[in-house]
Amino acid sequence: MDAVTFEKVRVELDGRLVLEDISFRVGQGAFLGVIGPNGAGKTTLLRAMLGLVPTSGGSIRVLGRAPGLHGAEAHMIGYVPQRETIARTFPATVADVVMMGRLCCMGRGRILRRHDWEEVHRGLELVGIEHLADRPIGRLSGGEVRRALLAQALCSGTRLLVLDEPTVGLDLPSELEFYSLLRRLQRELALTVVCVSHDLLALAGQASELICINRVMHVHGDPQHVVHSHALREAYSCEFDFLAGEIAHHDRAGGAA
Amino acid sequence: MLEYAFFQHALLAAVVVGLLCGLLGFFVVLRRLAFIGVGISHSAVGGVAIGLLAGWNPALTAAVFAVAVALGMFWVGRDRRLTEDAVIGVFFSGAMALGLVLLSMRHGFQQDLFAYLFGSVLAISAGELAGLCVLALVLGAVVAAVFRELLFISFDEEVARAYGRPVDAMNALLLVVLAVTVVAGIRVVGVLLIEALLVVPAATAALWTLDFRRQVAISMGLGASSGVLGLAGSYFFDITAGGAIVLVAVAVFFASLGLRRAT
Repeated sequence: MDAVTFEKVRVELDGRLVLEDISFRVGQGAFLGVIGPNGAGKTTLLRAMLGLVPTSGGSIRVLGRAPGLHGAEAHMIGYVPQRETIARTFPATVADVVMMGRLCCMGRGRILRRHDWEEVHRGLELVGIEHLADRPIGRLSGGEVRRALLAQALCSGTRLLVLDEPTVGLDLPSELEFYSLLRRLQRELALTVVCVSHDLLALAGQASELICINRVMHVHGDPQHVVHSHALREAYSCEFDFLAGEIAHHDRAGGAA
Repeated sequence: MLEYAFFQHALLAAVVVGLLCGLLGFFVVLRRLAFIGVGISHSAVGGVAIGLLAGWNPALTAAVFAVAVALGMFWVGRDRRLTEDAVIGVFFSGAMALGLVLLSMRHGFQQDLFAYLFGSVLAISAGELAGLCVLALVLGAVVAAVFRELLFISFDEEVARAYGRPVDAMNALLLVVLAVTVVAGIRVVGVLLIEALLVVPAATAALWTLDFRRQVAISMGLGASSGVLGLAGSYFFDITAGGAIVLVAVAVFFASLGLRRAT
């Protein structure tokens, strides 16, 4: 069974067509990167996958069910939203924030047990910030916040991890470190990962497959195929040169940007 | 002063309302619901007026009316074309205007109005006190049962929704609990000042710690102790009890602010 299936999905928001005729499948254990220019509908695609926006056509299956209808199994889907900072005054520790991720596997009003806290600390250990468990969440650096949110998404028996621009605002070493951690966790926990990023090159180096969208699907395949495809240039309406692992960006008029 | 039964009732009522407002105040401050609290408390005047005109228990009609206004604000506020403060402003002014118009149709309305605007804790009966204690226990138990859920929604509503948490139901529940708390507290400090008991102790607690457990404990403790000290002040200096309670809470806030800035 595929982890995620989109069949001719169409999404309209406030009367505007944001996604049209989007079809793709993500196998169990795959790492799918979602790329596209600003306003292409990448975040909407993730939100549709999570049942946060309604579709106006087509069908979506996530771990065998329609989005938002996972009930007691909602904990199998972990979500790391696009979030650069957290209010400095939010009155909770890192461990408390990670514990929020376990609420969906607990009955309402159930007293937290030692096992819940053990799972929280296991999650923090997985992402390498166990020493920050008792620190107020608002006092973490940008990179530490991403790790805490990742631990929150992973502490409840997660099988599918969905990330929206998880490295935005991070410097290059922190970005590479985060993706390296993500790949390690994917292997160790046998996760299926779906990750949106504006950073085409960074994602191409991590994902096992890429899709490029700009309202419609432009290309889907392995990263090498996608980054060299003509469809990518069409989606971004510009030309790319990939040189020695770096990307040079040219507009249609030919000037380097 | 403690030998008088009316004062014992007043003291216990002030402590219970202080504890409850301190608990709810944590979420009011965290989620920036202060204006909603003002809207609900002022709209309760409409419910009081309906009760007085119809000959029903004004506290009960105020509670029902305040809950209806809170749910109305929640429902209309979901329309993304409207800002939250505009919606609150419409409900708050509309409900208060309704209350004033209805009260003006009744002879001697000013005395009734003053009792609700400024509170009358020294006139609280043993029966009212018992009802208040039961209500506080029920509301406290409800908030305790969903505390972490509400904390999660306060941290990130979208992620909570993605995890299948009942975000809309929880937000509506919080407003209903807030509305009932406001009406319960009106008897102690009045419509005009109940908001202070919801905001000031919780804001003071936020100055001292970033741990929600400690914030809630400090907020509830300050709410209760403001009630005790304010009532004592009102007895010794012969001043209005509601105003004295709120002034104690505000004094503690500014003292805390000064101390925190100095350290």
